[in-house]
Amino acid sequence: MRLLTHNMLSSNIKGVTNGFPLRIEVEKVVEKQVEINHDFLMNIFPKIDWKAFFDASRVMGYVELPEEAPEPSVLESDLEFLRKFHHALLELHLEEGALVCPETGRKFPVNKGIPNMLLHEDEV
Amino acid sequence: MWYLCVFYHRLLDYRKPEVESLADLFGAFEDKQNPDFATQNRALEWRLPKHHHPDSPFHFVNLPSEDVARNIANRSILVKGIYELWGEGSSYEELKEAVTSYPDERKLPYLESESTFKITVDSFGKVMSLHEQKTRIWGLSYIPFKGQVNLKNPDHNFWLMETDDNATTNGLPPVVHRRIFFGREVGGADRKLIPTYQLKSRTYLGPTAMDAEMAFLMANQAQAAPGKLVYDPFVGTGSILVSAAHFGAMTMGADIDIRVVRDGRGPDCNVWSNFKQYGLPMPIALLRADNNLPPWRHGLKEVFDAIICDPPYGVRAGGRKSGGRKLLKGIVGPYTVPDDKRADHIPSTAPYSLLECVHDLLDLAARMLVMGGRLVFFYPVLREDDSVGDHFPEHPCFKLVATSEQILSSRYSRVLLTMVKTSSYTEELALAARIKHLEFKENHTKWLENGNLHSSVFSPADIESGDLKVSKESKPKYRGKYV
Repeated sequence: MRLLTHNMLSSNIKGVTNGFPLRIEVEKVVEKQVEINHDFLMNIFPKIDWKAFFDASRVMGYVELPEEAPEPSVLESDLEFLRKFHHALLELHLEEGALVCPETGRKFPVNKGIPNMLLHEDEV
Repeated sequence: MWYLCVFYHRLLDYRKPEVESLADLFGAFEDKQNPDFATQNRALEWRLPKHHHPDSPFHFVNLPSEDVARNIANRSILVKGIYELWGEGSSYEELKEAVTSYPDERKLPYLESESTFKITVDSFGKVMSLHEQKTRIWGLSYIPFKGQVNLKNPDHNFWLMETDDNATTNGLPPVVHRRIFFGREVGGADRKLIPTYQLKSRTYLGPTAMDAEMAFLMANQAQAAPGKLVYDPFVGTGSILVSAAHFGAMTMGADIDIRVVRDGRGPDCNVWSNFKQYGLPMPIALLRADNNLPPWRHGLKEVFDAIICDPPYGVRAGGRKSGGRKLLKGIVGPYTVPDDKRADHIPSTAPYSLLECVHDLLDLAARMLVMGGRLVFFYPVLREDDSVGDHFPEHPCFKLVATSEQILSSRYSRVLLTMVKTSSYTEELALAARIKHLEFKENHTKWLENGNLHSSVFSPADIESGDLKVSKESKPKYRGKYV
């Protein structure tokens, strides 16, 4: 699971009002190279919740991102930042671990890089 | 400028929508004054050759430039070629007259002595011997070709295409008069894609994997392209996303069945390996999620450029959603999972009717697609139902831009719907959509309820009424989109 996915997911258990961001429990992180696609990064950048993204990158052991979200124009001018953003967003994978609902503590397991977001019968 | 557009004689209903959607992708409608999607007329002008049936593979289409024409032709699946027409006629004398009077400034740049060329003779509805082909090529000697012939890799491709006046049988459209076309090829489909991606050589397959040709057509309807993000909420073995990835899009998929998305049939036979097999970039994300209760965070919207899917209609595979049995035998209270069993609990699922599924899909797409983004999905139709026509699901955020039917059996067919998001998602529109959905459900969807479609498709025919026999006898020789 990439951090882009983490940034999009929340706990949707019935009754939970604040299921985002999910806390990451790391068992194994792997890095997989992905070709940089500038247009894609530009498109997705404004949709990222930066605080959740920043915190998640720390948990995954990556400390190069700035705490405050830069202006979108930085993606054009600062190649170094673009590379870091790309790396944190798409190249870090949570291979094994869990996503934990911040409100209830319910664990959504991540195995072989696939988050299992399906709810139990009594959570629907 | 008007171009001659020749199609492969397949999937007739899919041909023009494919060209229209690619024309839009390659900017054919861009300099229209009106920036509002909802009211824009994003359609091409089409014209038929004299006396041709609408199902004919020969069409004329008006395109803004040769670049657009080439881009469309090279990316399409069903366009055999787009040609600059130098002349047409119902006899070779008429053709000669037409080609001779075609302006020299359009012809001469392609006939220069430094260039190489090739002439291909093609026919529709008949077969020509090599000798006949040669005779026809020599018959073109009135055109001042100065270049060298190169059959392997010519600079310019010329085509001489002929239809006969007797092509009314054998499943071909009725062409009344003989017509001959001569033109310069601008571009043509790369049909090699289809054998490369054909399902029989795919390592990981499921029972409802989408065949390669159709998956490419879907990706074209969705305008998959580099820099875009494409989502499939019923990803299965990833067969639709493979085609989107081929066109350079980033892909993301979800499925309710974790065995399909996570495990596959082992380390070298899973959704990832299907992308690896063709050297395509891996999906950005695969996850297990329920389309009925999507896990996207509150406030997240307009992230996907396209959503492409083949929802489960319950004919070959039925849909499931979370929240299975609420009560266990003998227990009156609501079903609860004991705390000590929670960690490894495997939740049961409940049946998910197509009607509910389509409603959820439209709601998800309305929220998660960017403006102008496309929702492309299959929708089943019962063929005995005469009232089909306009009974497709609707949503106030979307405009239906194309419907293409593919007949699957004498009982039912599937229609590929292409919808473009024209209004942004608001709570009011979501409410209006719910009301529309209930109306739709009330009026014409009894058969979409659970299991009904399956039984309509598979229940034994009513033999006593003899309609089976009648339909066999009355089957017309030319069957149009039934080919």
